[in-house]
Amino acid sequence: MLPALWVSKTGLEAQDLALSTVSNNLANVATTGFKKDRPVFEDLLYQIQRQPGANSSADSRLPSGLQVGTGVRTAGTQKIFTTGSLELTDQALDLAVNGRGFFQITLPDGNIGYTRDGTFHINDEGTIVNVNGYPLEPQITIPEQANNITVSKDGIVQITINGDPNPQQLGQIETTDFINPAGLESTGGNIFLETASSGAPQNGTPAEDGFGSIEQGALEKSNVEVVEELVKMITVQRSYEMNSKVVSAADGMLQFLAQNV
Amino acid sequence: MDRALYIAMSGAKQNTLNQSARANNLANVNTTGFRADYAQSRAMGVFGEHFPTRAYAMVERPASDFRQGPLIETGRRMDVTIEGAGWFAVQGPNGEEAYTRAGDLSVDPNGRLLNGNGLQLLGDGGPVTLPEFEKIEISRAGIVTVQPRGEAPTAVAEPVQLKLVNPDPALLEKGEDGLFRFRDPAVQQAPIDPNITLVNGFIEGSNVNAVKELTDLIAINRQYEMQVKMMKKADENDQAATQILSAQ
Repeated sequence: MLPALWVSKTGLEAQDLALSTVSNNLANVATTGFKKDRPVFEDLLYQIQRQPGANSSADSRLPSGLQVGTGVRTAGTQKIFTTGSLELTDQALDLAVNGRGFFQITLPDGNIGYTRDGTFHINDEGTIVNVNGYPLEPQITIPEQANNITVSKDGIVQITINGDPNPQQLGQIETTDFINPAGLESTGGNIFLETASSGAPQNGTPAEDGFGSIEQGALEKSNVEVVEELVKMITVQRSYEMNSKVVSAADGMLQFLAQNV
Repeated sequence: MDRALYIAMSGAKQNTLNQSARANNLANVNTTGFRADYAQSRAMGVFGEHFPTRAYAMVERPASDFRQGPLIETGRRMDVTIEGAGWFAVQGPNGEEAYTRAGDLSVDPNGRLLNGNGLQLLGDGGPVTLPEFEKIEISRAGIVTVQPRGEAPTAVAEPVQLKLVNPDPALLEKGEDGLFRFRDPAVQQAPIDPNITLVNGFIEGSNVNAVKELTDLIAINRQYEMQVKMMKKADENDQAATQILSAQ
């Protein structure tokens, strides 16, 4: 059958994937700490139909050969770790990392997950947990009758108790950084996991050694830009249409051949 | 039987090859840094003892389109694009030097500077490897400066000059893996061109012109139909000849 059919098929598949990343980005436009994806495409290998330099007659050579490409391949999707804008919420347990770094969350299976989503809560035992109820690592427990919870830029959590003028220090939040955050695996629930391509996690103190400071009463918004995604959607849709035009043209040619010969 | 049938057949076959080159361009209409391929046809006379009345058509790819693609703003620090002509030198799969326009850079856990297709970039001193960094800056001249993690902004690691080259496009050819290399295998490397400038925060889109590709596709489609018509005519001629001959 016509090679163009299969080449356009790869084009349709690639645009299909591009559209699903666009729609996932748009769906998460209001997700706290969300990092947008972008698909990376590369051209598939080329087939040499005719080698350049072959003889065209007894004593002349062809100046150029024929190499036909076989379409496009999705090399992968890349997480874009640009910082989202900070939104002030004035909630004591809404935290944002201003700069590099991730909060560590102990997952139910005991592994550590990493997140930029700093919407924390207190569970029935007073432990600081994320939206899904998984505790922050290192674990910090707020006692009853705590009045004001203060989180400093370097992650020290302090409370005051009625009648005691001196604040109590409960612990210090540590953040983690990776050499290649784009290599982290996203598992959903705003949680990323370490992979071989992200590099090993490196724990540190916020606001020191290049780690971002912790901002209390603020949340990092999604870094999705709606206009950009909508423009991408237009280009994806039109490329999809053009590739399907090739499919129908190839189909028309085969039909013409079958009817006329 | 008239040999015209075979000439039409080879014409139709070459049309399908041309069509698949157009389809490949259109499939890569969203591929970062992709360069469109041209196709042209050449008349090939048949040589031999007989009188050369038959000329078959042959499709070939004379070159790729080296014009710049659209600049797409991403805002990402490590996305860089070459302004005007020029290439990023990357290390090809066999360790050789190859050229690409895709500058969507990232760093792997070993600190190797890679582009979106996972190829390591070359600098003035060979493949580029960066220390763990807090901030990265890629200047217009292609100098990568990093501020190592935990260091003051004044302490910068040894800057690396990316290998940006600008050889004569006529000497370059797209290989089977889509990377560009010298046509002449004896030429291994191009010199660094200091006049190439980079733009930060942009990637270069594919330079495929969708209008041209779709128009070409229509032309190829109709040409193909003409070839098929010729095949039918050859068949009809043959039928008529058989009828006349069998009537006698």
